[in-house]
Amino acid sequence: MSAPVKVPFSKAVYTRPRSLVDVRSHFCPGCHHGTIHKIVAECIDRYDLREKTIGVACVGCAVFLYDYIDVDVVEAPHGRAPAVATGVKRAQPDKFVFTYQGDGDLAAIGTSEIIHAANRGENLSVIFVNNTTYGMTGGQMAPTTMLGQKTSTTPYGRDFRGDGYPIRMAELLAGLEGTAYSARVAVSTPAQIRKAKESVRKAFEMQIGGMGLSIVEFLSTCPTNWGMKPLDAQKRVLGEMSEYFPLGVFKERKQADFA
Amino acid sequence: MSTPASSPSTRILTKGNEAICLGAVAAGCRHYYGYPITPQNDIPEYMAAHLPALGGTFLQAESEVATINFILGTSASGKRVMTSSSGPGISLMQEGLSYMAGSELPAVIVNISRSGPGLGGIAPSQGDYFQAVKGGGHGGYRLIVLAPHSVQEMYTLTMLAFDLADKYRTPAMILGDAIVGQMKEPFVASPYDPSSTAEKPWALTGCAGRERQNLKSLHLKDNAIEVHNWKLHEKYERIRNEEARAESYMLDGATIAIVAFGTAARVSKTAIQWARKEGIAVGMLRPITLFPFPGREVFELARKVDVLLVIEMNTGQMVEDVRQCTPLHDRIAFLGKPCAMPTPEEILERIRTLAGRKG
Repeated sequence: MSAPVKVPFSKAVYTRPRSLVDVRSHFCPGCHHGTIHKIVAECIDRYDLREKTIGVACVGCAVFLYDYIDVDVVEAPHGRAPAVATGVKRAQPDKFVFTYQGDGDLAAIGTSEIIHAANRGENLSVIFVNNTTYGMTGGQMAPTTMLGQKTSTTPYGRDFRGDGYPIRMAELLAGLEGTAYSARVAVSTPAQIRKAKESVRKAFEMQIGGMGLSIVEFLSTCPTNWGMKPLDAQKRVLGEMSEYFPLGVFKERKQADFA
Repeated sequence: MSTPASSPSTRILTKGNEAICLGAVAAGCRHYYGYPITPQNDIPEYMAAHLPALGGTFLQAESEVATINFILGTSASGKRVMTSSSGPGISLMQEGLSYMAGSELPAVIVNISRSGPGLGGIAPSQGDYFQAVKGGGHGGYRLIVLAPHSVQEMYTLTMLAFDLADKYRTPAMILGDAIVGQMKEPFVASPYDPSSTAEKPWALTGCAGRERQNLKSLHLKDNAIEVHNWKLHEKYERIRNEEARAESYMLDGATIAIVAFGTAARVSKTAIQWARKEGIAVGMLRPITLFPFPGREVFELARKVDVLLVIEMNTGQMVEDVRQCTPLHDRIAFLGKPCAMPTPEEILERIRTLAGRKG
């Protein structure tokens, strides 16, 4: 861990968050995982949660959470992070528990686990990274893949006749009583990053207040599997992805129902 | 249903399934998760009624897939945790069990097995032997498997299962069936005497005062997964060498030895008593641990007797392990009764035949 460089007559206005491990990122150029990790780490620091946090990593690129966030992390089978997190939180209700999941994980193989964790009002926070593809396995169709999007398993483009439609998880989960907070954010501009951080703060506050399940869906890039340059990938998020997956807060509980 | 009394001589009349609950509670288990399936529903129902008052947590999951992952999370937190199910539900748990074996997480999984394959039926069966003792899920691992044959053992072996799971950091299974689960008989609620009190420095409790740590089964770097596999193998070898348990029943002077576990063994005891009254020298070696299999005992026994009669409530699974333990294959006979309990009369008849007698 390198100490901040001291320059005479200056003060540090920007430092690496304490909960972010000082290590070179292995993620592809233009990938948003690094930015999202940093937001999560900043919010852990803000509420001084580092030493009482257990993160739950899922399967896919998101699994490497434990290399980057300086907290205890348990790895879940594909899609099962909300169930594993349930087991952690029920055993240690005083701890802070979050999952970090991709779209294949949360919106395909793990739909049952996320829906029932939300429906139980499980007091967890979920960071959901939606990049419309399976990154680690080489860019196959995800449940969030856009209509017409070419992937390695939709070589002619996703067609709703046969492949169905991209699924809007933030809206779907907002419809469940047990969900305390559900929002969709993006991190393609500095203003969006600030707003995303507000959402993660709000999600964490929900858990701290015992309000139920909170989820923040991030629209994210996968330049490698999209076959795009990083800047073009940002434009895709700001354009067609944001049109289909609108940014916003879909549910925000004001007071706990469980009192 | 009463809670276990502290007096070591107290006898409680109860079902096998409830004895499991009493054993778990006595061993300090305060977290139980499950999903309904016959013939084990007495277990979640007991836990739902009693755990909250003990400061514990009962949670009914949306599936056995979720159940085993609740278990994984609570085990990763360093707490004793149990689930129960039956064949089809145990199949759904195999993914999580493989992850738990890989991540070296202890827990107790109870299989009150029913008939299969598929939805099968609710009749008692020992058709899940292979699934239980050969790993069950992907990737090559073992579960510790204990096979109770009485309500008393449903209680004591559940306590032992927690100890062994913690000692070796691996899931342990109680393999029962509808008969040992549903039958009622008195048992002694002996106080819990821990055979191991393993510390759990690996538990994820937040990194206060220490470096962060992980529990995972993914090993991508260099030859890490090969190293991990050899480490697990060494652990399973230690379990084989140190934890095999079997009961010798009326084996003195026996020329015929039954090898049976669980309900099949329980019924065999009656047949053995009848046959002994007829002057037939028959006894039984009853594996209590199915993994580790008491192979040395089988090997020694095969050299002493004329016949090893393997009896199972399936068409022949454990018999393969018996064959593996002795080169004297011509001494092995088999009586199978898939998806039903053999009667003492059926067993006695086979004993008489093997002894060269007519009934």
